[in-house]
Parts: sequence; C-alpha cells; structure tokens
Amino acid sequence: MLRKGHIFKWYIGIFLVFLYAPAILLPVFAFNDSSIVSFPLKGFTTKWFAVLQTNETLHVAVGNSLMIAVTTALFSTLFGVLAARASTRFVFPARRSIMGFIMLPMVLPEIIIGVSLLVVIIQMGFELSLWSIILGHILICTPFCIAILSSAFMNLDQSLEEASFDLGQTRWNTFWLVIIPLVMPGIVASLLIAFTISLDEFIIAFFLAGTEPTLPVYIWGQLRFPAKLPSLMALGTILLVLSISLLLVADYFRRRGIRKTGIENTGGFL
Amino acid sequence: MTQPIIQLSGLDKFYGNFQALSQVDLDIKTGEFFSLLGPSGCGKTTLLRSIAGFETPSAGSLYIDGQSMDGVPANKRPTNMVFQSYAIFPHMSVAENVAYGLKARKLPKAEIKTRVTDAIAMVGLQGFGERASHGLSGGQRQRVALARALVLKPRVLLLDEPLSALDKKLREQMQSELRQLQRAVGITFVLVTHDQEEALTMSDRIAVMFDGTIAQVATPQDLYGQPCSRLVANFIGMMNFLDAKILSTSGETVDVDVQSFGKLTLPLGQATGGLEGCDAVGVRPEMLTILTGSQTAEREIEAVVSEVFYYGDMTYYDVRLPFKEESVTITMRNTAGRSILGVGEKARVGWSASSLLLLK
Repeated sequence: MLRKGHIFKWYIGIFLVFLYAPAILLPVFAFNDSSIVSFPLKGFTTKWFAVLQTNETLHVAVGNSLMIAVTTALFSTLFGVLAARASTRFVFPARRSIMGFIMLPMVLPEIIIGVSLLVVIIQMGFELSLWSIILGHILICTPFCIAILSSAFMNLDQSLEEASFDLGQTRWNTFWLVIIPLVMPGIVASLLIAFTISLDEFIIAFFLAGTEPTLPVYIWGQLRFPAKLPSLMALGTILLVLSISLLLVADYFRRRGIRKTGIENTGGFL
Repeated sequence: MTQPIIQLSGLDKFYGNFQALSQVDLDIKTGEFFSLLGPSGCGKTTLLRSIAGFETPSAGSLYIDGQSMDGVPANKRPTNMVFQSYAIFPHMSVAENVAYGLKARKLPKAEIKTRVTDAIAMVGLQGFGERASHGLSGGQRQRVALARALVLKPRVLLLDEPLSALDKKLREQMQSELRQLQRAVGITFVLVTHDQEEALTMSDRIAVMFDGTIAQVATPQDLYGQPCSRLVANFIGMMNFLDAKILSTSGETVDVDVQSFGKLTLPLGQATGGLEGCDAVGVRPEMLTILTGSQTAEREIEAVVSEVFYYGDMTYYDVRLPFKEESVTITMRNTAGRSILGVGEKARVGWSASSLLLLK
C-alpha cells in the first residue's frame, strides 16, 4: 500500500514538471541578458520588454487578436445561449441530431475547417480579412460555449421560470430578470473560454489571415529569426501573466456569483 | 348560492397517447380550502397546472370567477401558485421575491413597499426582508413563497404539494398555519397532496383522484365515513374488507350475505357508491372492538389474534375470523386497565351492522 502511494506521488510530480516546466522557462529567459536562449544564464535585463514596446507590427497583431477574440467570444456565447436554451427547454424534431451536428466542430480537425473556409470564401469572391478569421473562430468556439451553457441552463429549476410567469411577468422579462442572472456564471465562463481559444488559435488564423496577422501567426513568423527569440520569450511571459490573471479574475466573479445566488456551481471547470 | 370560483367541465388532457385527465367535472366554491388528493400519477398536479395555465387542456372548459380561461396565459389569470420546490428566486432577497409580482404590475413604489412589508409580516417573517433567500430553511422558503403569491391578492391560491419537502414536525405546524392563514385571508386555496392525513386535517372539501378521474368529492368526514368505493376507502385511512354477496333488495334495505358475519339486512344508505357491482363490506378498524370481561356489543364473534402491533397509545390487532379465515385489523385505545392480548389468544370481537359499508 505504502509503495503504491509512493509511486503515485512520483507520477504526479513528474507529470506537473512536464506540464509547467516549459512555461516557467519563459520568464526565466525573458529576463536573461543574452540573445541566445540557453543555459547558463547571464545577467538580469528588461531590455527584451523594451524591444516589444517599439515593435509596431507586434502591436498591430495584438490589436487584431484582441479584436478577433472579443468579437468571437461575444458571438459564440450569444449563439451558445440560444442553442443551450433551445436544447434544454424545448422539444423539437431531430433535436439530438441537430445538436450533434452543431457540436461536431469541437472534434473536427481545424485544418479541415481552415481549408474549407478558405476555399468557400475565395470562391464566393470575398476578400480575406479579420472577419473571415472571426467566422472560423466562431465556428470552433460555439460548441464549447454550448457545452458550458447547456449545463448552466440544465441546472436551472424550470419552476423558477413558471413562478415568474405565474406572478404576472411576461416571458421576455422573465428571461432577463430570472434566467439570465442565474446562468450568468455560465455566460462568464463561456465568454472566457471562447476568448482564450480564439486568442491562441493558429491554424484557422493562418489560413484565413489576409494581410493582417494575428498574434500567434506573427509569433510563428518571428521564429525564423533566432535574434528575435528572447523578445518572444518576453512576449510569452506577458501573455502567461495576463492569462493567469484573467482566469483568476473570472473565477473570482464566478465564485462571487455562486455565493450571491446560492445556485449550483455551473461552468465550473475553470 | 354564490357562483363557484372555479368551474371545470369535461376536462381532458392527453400527453401523446397517455390520458392524464379524463372528463373531469368539478366546482370549487369561493373561499373554501379544497384539496386534490390522490396517489402520484393520478393527474392531480396536471389538474392544478391546468387551472394555473401551465397546461392546456385537450378538451373541456375551465371558468375562473365566471370568466372562461380559454387562451388566457398563466400571467393573466387571477391565480397564483406555491410550487413544490417553492421556486424562490435565489438571486433576490426575501423582500425582492415578495415584491416581484407587484413590480410586474407596475404599482407605485410606496404601495409596493407597504404591501411587501405587510405580506412578510403576515407569514411571520418580520425582519427577514433583507435576507438573501438562498440561506433560508425549508419552512422559511415556504413562507416566502406564500407571501409572494398572497401579496398579489389572487382569487385562488394554488398549492402544489407545498409540505412534502418539510420534516414531519414542521409539516404539522405548517398545516395548522396554512389553515389559519386561509381563514384570515379568505382566499380560495386549492391544495394538491398525496398525503391523506394532510388533506383530512386541512380541507373543507376533498376530491380524490385515481387515473385521471375524480372518484369522489366530499367533506373530510363524509370521505372517511362514507367512501364511495374500495379504492377510495383504502386510500383514506385503513379499512377492512370482507367478501359479501347481495342477495336481494327491497325498498330501502338490502339483504347481504357477509360470509364471515352471516346474513344481514342493511339500509340502502350504507351502499355509499350505489349497489351496482358491490362485492364487499368495509369496516374501519376503530369500529370493531375487542370485548373484555363482561362487556357486550350489538353483535359478537369469536376470533383468534394473529398479530399484535403496539403503538403506545394504541394497539393494532390482526385477528382471524372463523368460517372463511378472513383477517381484519382492529385498533384499540390502550385505556387504563385494558390488557394487551397476545398472539394466538381468543378474542371476542364486537361489531355493529350500522358501521358496515357496502362497497364495490
């Protein structure tokens, strides 16, 4: 028994090292005063961060990525709310198969989505733009949003809705006064998941980017130049800190929402 | 004679091929405490939800306060409901919950405030207004649900098994509080329950339902004393059944052969559900007595005790009657000096023809 526990501890330890050691290397090399990314470390410097500040192309890429991620998050969550509401509340013909097809992009290789969207957009005579990327991203993010929101809507006691209606409120107001506040934690989780997926998505963005690259596409382009590597480490460090803070903030709001309403913990895989 | 507040006639409800309600006719009087009683799946909740407007009947008519409810949605009906789960809005305080319906009616703020305060006081939750509703106990949630519905002064308050989630002690307390509250506000209450004791203690009248139909509508006393069928008799309290055969009828009486008790002549009134199809007599356990010493009864029969259940204040005896070996249950109050019989002992069972009911 003891021996088994021992092995298990080692397993967890090794697993965590594999998971997080590479990420920890990012800040280490970001502050390393050497243009070659390797041990032993030289002195401490913040010059790689300074390099980022003056890089116009990078700023444009970050702007593109944020714009795409925010728009994608809003639209996929909106679609997610509609689909989750419909699938949990109403019975309609072929509901299961319709939901199945909507969820399919979750497991479909992104390269297939990227290539097929590219062909369709070109054939229809549209220019590639940030909107073509947004289109692709909504396609892959919506299933995740539906998955999160379905559980939020499913946990909703249907008699709450009936009670509101019974007390004289209209269906429309019931939706805004009762349903939306109660699935809010799920909506926040959905926005966040879609935002993060879109922000670091590469394949679709690479295929559908016209002349405007997103951040992952820009980073990939820079990897050809070894001299740029330390500043990419700095960039990675910033992204790491930002995404961890974003998760913490979102989780704080989610927990606060749950405390306030006392409802079941929905969308809680964050 | 005032017009009934709720009039149902020929109400049918189908879910696909399943018939949840079939030809329900029912009048509920203004101001009464009415209960729909039946086992689960008997259609009582469907009936309540049809009155509330959450279910659309497949056929038949429904009038509330003289108005046809055809096509009237739940939010436009003069009814309010207390849900089984109470359906308290978890993201609102107690006062916000109670004010919800008043806000929907767009009443002036000052009026909302006084009515909410009054309603919260009425259900005994003074000082709880600002409390978050999710921290409340079951009994408190129930009171909030009551206040939230009653603050709107509905013509009818519908209650869907409101006490089933409470523990026994609280349930008994809420039963008497609900009764008092109903008398105080004078609003018609329609209660759905599967608990016969709850229905008997609280209601003015009870409708017993089986399989989507109403078997009997009566006051609690009539329902217990004169059930119209074995099904109803068995559902309301305990009843012993003995095989019986109708021999002949003449005017106001009927001759019956109850094998265990012998041939009897009973008044027609004791066939509470009509004579047709009657094949048993029923007798309540407390209508039979085990005689001791020099006690005598109108009629007596020798029996053997086969089982004894001691409940403190009461003892339940299962005794086997001679001839057909039919078994009956007898409940005896454990008064001073009365000894408890043991299994296998002989017992003199006293009974009277007037306590027998002829049932189908």
